[in-house]
Amino acid sequence: MSLNVDLNRMGAKGAIAEEAEGKWGMVIDQDICTGCQACVAACAMENNLPFVMEEDAGYGRTMHWIRIERFWEGEYPEVHTGFQPMLCQQCGNAPCEPVCPVFATVHSQSDQINLQVYNRCVGTRYCANNCPYQVRSFNWRDYALEPFHANDVDGQIVFPLHNQFNPDVTVRRRGVMEKCTFCIQRIHKAEDTAKSQGREVQDGEMVPACAQACPANAITFGRLDDPESLVSQLAHQDRAVKHLEELNTLPRITYLKEG
Amino acid sequence: MAVASKYLPGAKKAHGNQDNEHELRQHLMHDPRPRGELNQMVMESMYATSWKFWVVFAILSILTATCFFYAWGYMIAEGLGVAGVMRPSYWGIFLVNTVFWIGISHAGTFISAILRVFKAEFRRPFTRAAELMTTFGLIQAGASIFMHMGRVWLSYWMLPIPNERQLWPNFHSPLMWDLLAITTYVLGSTMYLFLPLIPDLAMARDRSTGWRKTFFKILALGFRGTEGEWLHLRTAMNIFAFAIIPVMFSVHTIVSWDFAMSMRPGWSSTVFGPYFVVGALHSGMGAVAIVLFIMRATMKHMGYFIRAEHFDALGKLMLTVSMAWAYFFFNDYIVQWYGGDKWTDTLLHWHESGPMAWMFFSMLILNIAVPWLILWNRKFRQTPWLLASVGLLINVGMWFERYIIIPVSLTINRMPFTWKLYFPRIEIFLTIGTFAMFLLFYLIASRLIPLVPVWEVEEGQMAHSLTKVGRAVVPSVSEIDLTVE
Repeated sequence: MSLNVDLNRMGAKGAIAEEAEGKWGMVIDQDICTGCQACVAACAMENNLPFVMEEDAGYGRTMHWIRIERFWEGEYPEVHTGFQPMLCQQCGNAPCEPVCPVFATVHSQSDQINLQVYNRCVGTRYCANNCPYQVRSFNWRDYALEPFHANDVDGQIVFPLHNQFNPDVTVRRRGVMEKCTFCIQRIHKAEDTAKSQGREVQDGEMVPACAQACPANAITFGRLDDPESLVSQLAHQDRAVKHLEELNTLPRITYLKEG
Repeated sequence: MAVASKYLPGAKKAHGNQDNEHELRQHLMHDPRPRGELNQMVMESMYATSWKFWVVFAILSILTATCFFYAWGYMIAEGLGVAGVMRPSYWGIFLVNTVFWIGISHAGTFISAILRVFKAEFRRPFTRAAELMTTFGLIQAGASIFMHMGRVWLSYWMLPIPNERQLWPNFHSPLMWDLLAITTYVLGSTMYLFLPLIPDLAMARDRSTGWRKTFFKILALGFRGTEGEWLHLRTAMNIFAFAIIPVMFSVHTIVSWDFAMSMRPGWSSTVFGPYFVVGALHSGMGAVAIVLFIMRATMKHMGYFIRAEHFDALGKLMLTVSMAWAYFFFNDYIVQWYGGDKWTDTLLHWHESGPMAWMFFSMLILNIAVPWLILWNRKFRQTPWLLASVGLLINVGMWFERYIIIPVSLTINRMPFTWKLYFPRIEIFLTIGTFAMFLLFYLIASRLIPLVPVWEVEEGQMAHSLTKVGRAVVPSVSEIDLTVE
């Protein structure tokens, strides 16, 4: 006797989410990542990430939306260094979403990614606690705006970020949570351009800042729901793994392991 | 006064029939005094204020103003950066204090509602002191939650009120359940504090002059003590006594769900609900012992109302709760350890051998070893300063327990690259501030409202009597207590 149970009809959450592959996705090849941190710098420039200065950075308050995790394996002299770029996995079944009391972290229906609504956030930081990837960063101070955090040249206060703010991205004030958005401003720009020309967004037409800056081309971005796209083909390789897959968070980022 | 020596700790245990009566008279219920005299004693305890009171009052006021209001204001102006919270310990001492103060608040409900429902006679003189603890503790718990928020000035966005933004709070979030549970508990326990206070306020109104008379007159709601008023009051108290018990249990269960509902190693434990409730009672009982000791040592006539028998009964409760806590701790621990999950295993090793291992083992010693070694002995239990010291140590241990559950456990997550140890900064001052404010509220309350529910004591003394059967003296209780029917 076999049980003929349709989990989707029963409404089991995992089953339904598993069917949805997601829209936008990313593949990171750890084999060719050199750990140069260009993606970190590019992300900071693109998304108006502030400098938190030396003391806070050393205390674990860096605001980077992407970080290079560095691991050593083996004993000297046979040491192998591994690099693992870690950013928001844009989970299909995100643990950060249900715990927010004010709906500040929500799932975008159209783009299939997690969004953080800065204006709505009241700063309970529950989402960051519940994120198994630890990729959410909190604005502990008014880093971006306070002159306290600026350089002092010739007795004049300089705001180093003010001349290079990206006008497409909000500057966050203190007390709100933030995280990687898959450069949603670029996604929207590409979609708008394609729509005005009466066509679909081409594969490779839109790249986020980290993928654009990567000198080794370790980061690939594109549509997961298009089987012809480069990112879909890479994501179905044998080397493909997803982080903490056992938690059923359904991450949209696939890592190609070394080897 | 002759009475004064009877209940002192170390009073010789009497033997024989003639001393039997002497021994029974050591119980407050069998040592009745005229009602007028009792009322007078309670009023005097409120008025007798020495210079020492004002010194303590001044110190606590300064501490509250600087460590609570100034420090919090500074933190609001500067951002949470002045606190020690960071990745990965996004929650720090603020949440530790919240859980701690909610725990303290549980003692009030437990003593006054559960013991009232079960007709435990020893509760009578100190229900009010315990209930005040509930209200004042919850104020500090609420303040600690608000302190922890990044944008506290927008905290009203969590309230389900219609608004122009057309946004609604997320009822999937355990923090929303928390908000509702704590609000219910604050309202319920404050009403439950106020109801038994009405007859005492009326008593105080009839015995005071000047602004105090106006104050009591407003609060007493025109209570005159007629049969009908008592009937309504008893009905209301009866309803509240029963209704507040499930609220009390649910509140700390829901607070534990903030942790248990998450996906973190060490937090997602199904036994957290009852474990937290018992932990709350553990620290709450200890806090009651401290408050009773301070009341008895500093306030006039309190030696008559709070006696060795009360410390004895409280000590037994503390011992029982300590054993229950040990059971739940063991249960929580062994199931997590046996599960063998990689990250939980790492976390448990971190607790036992990490840099905060001293706190883990202090917790076990203070919460289990200290009460078990001391409270088994009646003489020790009846020594007020010793019981208060045990209560203080238990509270330190329970605070450590919450500290281990929140910032120490948050250090370990599934991304080893981010592991980092949390160090409190401005949180230390804010913690001092909440404690000072709690004590300050108590100090003010001790001069404004009768800390001993004198009508309950009088009622109990009327119900209890000593009868001579042959040569033996037998205590008897009559059923005039209509509180529970």
